[in-house]
Amino acid sequence: MAASSVGASKKPYGKTMIFGIVSVALYAALLINQDSVTAYFSKGGVYAFLPIIMAFIFSFVHGNFTGYFWTSLGVEASKKKKEGN
Amino acid sequence: MPEIASNFINLDFMTAAYLFIVGFVGGLVSGFIGSGGAFVLTPGMMSLGVPGLVAVASNMCHKFPKALVGAMKRAKYGQVDVKLGLVLGVSAEAGVLYGAHIQENIKKAFGDAGSNLYVSVAFVVVLAVVGGFVLRDALKTYKSGATNEEEKVTKIAKWVQSINIPGTMIYFKSINAKVSFLFTIPLGFATGMLAATIAVGGFVGVPSMIYVLGAPSLMASATELVIAFVMGLGGSLKYAWGGLVDIRLAMIILAGSLFGIQLGAIGTTYVKPFMIKLVMGLIMVIVLFSRALMVPVYLAQLGLISEISEITVKVLKNTSFAIMIFALVLGAFIVLKAMWQGRRAERLATKEVLSH
Repeated sequence: MAASSVGASKKPYGKTMIFGIVSVALYAALLINQDSVTAYFSKGGVYAFLPIIMAFIFSFVHGNFTGYFWTSLGVEASKKKKEGN
Repeated sequence: MPEIASNFINLDFMTAAYLFIVGFVGGLVSGFIGSGGAFVLTPGMMSLGVPGLVAVASNMCHKFPKALVGAMKRAKYGQVDVKLGLVLGVSAEAGVLYGAHIQENIKKAFGDAGSNLYVSVAFVVVLAVVGGFVLRDALKTYKSGATNEEEKVTKIAKWVQSINIPGTMIYFKSINAKVSFLFTIPLGFATGMLAATIAVGGFVGVPSMIYVLGAPSLMASATELVIAFVMGLGGSLKYAWGGLVDIRLAMIILAGSLFGIQLGAIGTTYVKPFMIKLVMGLIMVIVLFSRALMVPVYLAQLGLISEISEITVKVLKNTSFAIMIFALVLGAFIVLKAMWQGRRAERLATKEVLSH
């Protein structure tokens, strides 16, 4: 078991970098264009789907980034409990 | 070029940093107990000058993607009962709509002060009853030294599980039994109503899954994230339909909260189940005092008690907000400390095994 957990401890630096860059780019795009983005996103009616879609996109990209970020730092779930499940 | 909508604030670095940090701490607590954070975020945004409804809407729009990421993370640890979350989530959605309707009526009849009084009294009553019960249970487990033992199913949960109403029974893996959806509907509805009133439905949702349905604490807190996702998605769409979501605020809070929720979810794999109850009970009881402080202010505004000086109102408001932040920070501190100790104990155990 110990050997497998040592093998599994390879850090996902590449994925962290990729998702990190995309996440920063998304946030930069949002903040640089905040005037037009907020104007369209607060129009109401069917435009309501815009903030919802954006929230899903950001949660996918930034969610992956933050997940890989902690793994890269070595902050992972307890192995003991994982095996118990 | 389009202008920023008139009811949206100007965003500077300090505001963004503040939202990011509060989002992180709120996310950390949510990842651990399934909810929380929202009760600080909404007043926190309002203190920056964000109108109340925009603050509620933007908070809601960060909540559902956060809950989604948290639920997916905790599902990896086998802690999520998706079916229970969806069944409760649907009735919670109805509760949200009904709760919002009551709020609107109270606001129409008694104005802002009446609405604030209603919210504060709901906070105080629910948190005193449920929070007191959860905290007492956690402390009882801690004092008895039975922290490693499996959680006992309460008498009421055993009774709920024993009732067989043909045609309404659903099997839930977290409970490992069939339960009639006639029991889950009022629980979900109450969760939604509380979410619409005090922004944190989990304060009813998680304890009801544990004590009324008989789900283990870890699974209840993880499943609450599914309920929060369903409620948050519906609520966000409703508010966005009215053009009330400030997507910049929502996404900045999300940026911090996703770092937090991952960490909070990881934390649950290191702690004993009673810790979930302890953190939740503590936060609930502390927040109760925070809201209780504001009750005299609203009573005075409604003319039900004699007027309070402006300075006293300011002191009460600031103290109330500080206590709320303290509740959240204390919760985050306990989560991080428990996780740190768990990780250290596991590392030492691994070293010992390897050295033998």
